[in-house]
Amino acid sequence: MRFGVVRFPGSCDEEDALHACRRFGEAELLWHEDRDVRGVDAVVVPGGFTYGDYLRVGAIAALSPVMAAVRDFAREGGPVLGICNGFQVLCEARLLPGALLPNVGLRFTCREVEVEVANVSSPFTVACPPGRRLTVPVKHFTGRFHAPARELDAIETRGQVVFRYAAGQNPNGSERDIAGVSNEAGNVLGLMPHPEHASDPLTGSSDGGLVFESLARWVEATGGTVPVGSASPGWSPTPAGRHTSSAVSG
Amino acid sequence: MSSSAPAARPRHRELGLTDAEYDGIVTRLGREPNPTELAVFSLMWSEHCAYKHSRRLLRLLPTDGPAVVMGPGENAGAVDVGDGLAVAFKVESHNHPSAVEPFQGAATGVGGILRDVFAIGARPIAVLDSLRFGEPDSPRSRYLLNGAVAGIGHYGNSIGVATVGGEISFEGPYEHNCLVNAMCVGIAPRERMVRSAAAGVGNHLVLLGALTGRDGIGGASVLASAELDAASLAARPTVQIGDPFEENRLMHCCLELLDRGLLPSLQDLGAAGLSSSASEMASKGGVGIDLDVSKVPLREEDMEPFEVMVSESQERMLCVVEPERIDEVIAVAERWIVRATPIGTVTDSDRLRVLDGDEVVGDVPVSALVDDCPVYDLTPEPPGAPLYAAPPRRLEDDGEIGDTLLAVLGSPNVASKRWAYEQYDSYVGSRTVRRPGDADAAVLHLHHDGGAGAIAVAIDGNGRRVACDPYAGAVEAVLECARNLACAGAEPLGLTNCLNFGNPEKPAIAWQLTRAVEGLRDACIALGVPVVGGNVSLYNEGSEGPIYPTPVVGMVGRVPDSERTLPSAWTEDGHAIALVGPFRPDLAGSELEKLRGRLAGWLPVADLEAQRAALVLVRDAVRSGRFASAHDVSDGGLACALAECCAASGLGARVDVSALVDEAGSLDAALFGEGPGGVLLAGAPDAVENLVARAGSVPVRVVGSTGGTELVVEARGATVAVSVARAREAHERTLPDLFP
Repeated sequence: MRFGVVRFPGSCDEEDALHACRRFGEAELLWHEDRDVRGVDAVVVPGGFTYGDYLRVGAIAALSPVMAAVRDFAREGGPVLGICNGFQVLCEARLLPGALLPNVGLRFTCREVEVEVANVSSPFTVACPPGRRLTVPVKHFTGRFHAPARELDAIETRGQVVFRYAAGQNPNGSERDIAGVSNEAGNVLGLMPHPEHASDPLTGSSDGGLVFESLARWVEATGGTVPVGSASPGWSPTPAGRHTSSAVSG
Repeated sequence: MSSSAPAARPRHRELGLTDAEYDGIVTRLGREPNPTELAVFSLMWSEHCAYKHSRRLLRLLPTDGPAVVMGPGENAGAVDVGDGLAVAFKVESHNHPSAVEPFQGAATGVGGILRDVFAIGARPIAVLDSLRFGEPDSPRSRYLLNGAVAGIGHYGNSIGVATVGGEISFEGPYEHNCLVNAMCVGIAPRERMVRSAAAGVGNHLVLLGALTGRDGIGGASVLASAELDAASLAARPTVQIGDPFEENRLMHCCLELLDRGLLPSLQDLGAAGLSSSASEMASKGGVGIDLDVSKVPLREEDMEPFEVMVSESQERMLCVVEPERIDEVIAVAERWIVRATPIGTVTDSDRLRVLDGDEVVGDVPVSALVDDCPVYDLTPEPPGAPLYAAPPRRLEDDGEIGDTLLAVLGSPNVASKRWAYEQYDSYVGSRTVRRPGDADAAVLHLHHDGGAGAIAVAIDGNGRRVACDPYAGAVEAVLECARNLACAGAEPLGLTNCLNFGNPEKPAIAWQLTRAVEGLRDACIALGVPVVGGNVSLYNEGSEGPIYPTPVVGMVGRVPDSERTLPSAWTEDGHAIALVGPFRPDLAGSELEKLRGRLAGWLPVADLEAQRAALVLVRDAVRSGRFASAHDVSDGGLACALAECCAASGLGARVDVSALVDEAGSLDAALFGEGPGGVLLAGAPDAVENLVARAGSVPVRVVGSTGGTELVVEARGATVAVSVARAREAHERTLPDLFP
């Protein structure tokens, strides 16, 4: 299992993501000017302030050469995890639905929150015990997930809501407490909380490690791609009998 | 070189030089300076760059120690933390720019201190900040605080360096002159550390980073070298604008250049811009420098040579590069999208020559700018009458103890600063073991850097107490910082300080400054902690009077086992609580006395040897792994310290303070009196018994135990009970209510 973590000018959390990935596999940095993803099994687009977040958060990074490669990788079903600014980049790259707006409080907010796993059969959650709440930090100014109501309904129906802030924990005013959302195929996930900062008990929670562990297990079990166009709600690889739920949440 | 004296004299005064200083320039040059030279002198001889009123005093401070890798004089100090690693750190003020424009003032304060740390080859891993404002019922204070916190967050969060600690307090004398002190801590393999001394005649000087514009001309150095007045607002356009994205790339670029061994020396551009950087590099290296201003990439056209030389545009560094490696340097810079422009050369002339193409527009001996600048003796004299009015009364003397506790716990100085620190990223880097609100010091492990253990860092200072007694108050600042480190199980390795004071030309301020430095010296010597760097910010006063004298102390300590550090909150029911150390509470200078409208003219003086012994006992107890929590007694006294442990844990406690009441003379003094030397250690009863048995000369009083849903304090038959929920509400609500 090999993770690739993209480094853009202005990325901040790429080293953190590398540390978290290396607990569950090999990991290397991808450079923003790369024209391919160097054969990795999963791509992580980490947090930060790419290109200073000038123009609009994530907008410039979405146009970088490596993102063209990431788009191709995703189209072929490869798993892509965008965290915080990475989520924003993936929205700008049209790999994910919706958009991220400034927090309701109009302040940068850094704190631990609890999230619920809303779809336990995603490539990013197969290692999460059902019903388990994860304690993971958020740290962002532009983290309020927004989409038109009809699109939100569709997203929910298709099981694309993968993580939800637990009751009373929504730090930014995200619609329907959405903390993490996937594309239709389920292989691209945007997550506002930072699982990479919650992967070592010494620095707080280790719950976020489950996201990377899920990816590692899933890649090992499936060879690493979601059949494109599967788009099934709660698509489940059912590898090695590890997880068979096809529950749709929402 | 033709300016005649009559024309130049008004100009030098505008630039902040006295007539005597102007004459000194003429003597050193043997002629009148031209306008470019005069501009360079005016900044290099400003208080901010030259330390002309504090230089002699600072020599009192101890600077040697077994762990010191770099001491004062470099961009930042550094200490050895073992495993081949050094930790670099420094605190610096950005007070005057922040008083004029708080967001950018604070943001560029962070940007500047980060550059100081990566200038010596260390990767910044943590920022702490120490902030002072007027009382928060003033709209101006709230505006300044809101802007400063947002600015610190904007820069630190965007560049990707964790903000892990700090302090905020509110006192009337900071109303017009807020303090924004930022400290940065960095980590480096010892062999990557680099000095700023220019070397190698014929080597290139390469300017890295942002374009040079007119922004900040006369900014930091001029603002910081005179009293603030209404006209300072007109200086707003001179406050520099920060670009953390530029600095992020610049930082990565510099660290990669150093990793590849491409830079014999490196220096950041701060106050006074190129003038200061070039002359300091030349001075330290004992060489000369030729700079060609026509090669400097400009943001604005038609800048005068003097403007290029003194611009304080942010996010720039100056480095020395051997000619044969210049292409490699430029290639690395291009990869990071950083401008790298050769703008000069190292010479053997001992002169700073400023060229504009072929024309020499300035030619000055380096020594005249740096080492041979005027230095003034202070004329200290204790004030004949109190310098500060008593604070407004907010609390009556005869309130119920429980109400008093809630009032002190919820006073802006004692209240939780969660509102501020939740605006800062304390996670990035994945090193933060103890983050703000968790413990008295921040703890960062060094496992990603090749280290086995961790470091603890803290920043402290209490201007009001220093105003009561500058010597004892400064001693307390050092003790408080060391105590915070001890609660994390850390031994202090080095100290940095920022001396924020009023106008040193006034004898009473000179006295405050002198006494405070003597206090720092004595405390540092007693604890065996060397001062490895710092900063002085003077002229913090206006027509309303001076700020409280505010020495701010930052310390770095070593934690051998990163798993063995303690939170400040109780962890379990039924733990015994010990009050450890020579704590002799007194209401003089306390938060309660402030709320009651009084400001004492004295403080008890600490027994430094007893304090040192107590710090060692606490540190060893934390390191033993047998205790569950540690929290020092500081602002608000013992009652607030206990309430904070309760509020943070949700667990109550029952304590009996009868013995302390006898010592302190009253229940108020026992509960709310302040003074150095007290730490609350909680743990299993047998651990506490064991501590008592081996405490030796260090007082250890077992005061009670954890448990229940209330903080219950008994003293001589009287009982006070406050629910943990109410304590938490009082502690947590204040700042969010002030800043909805």
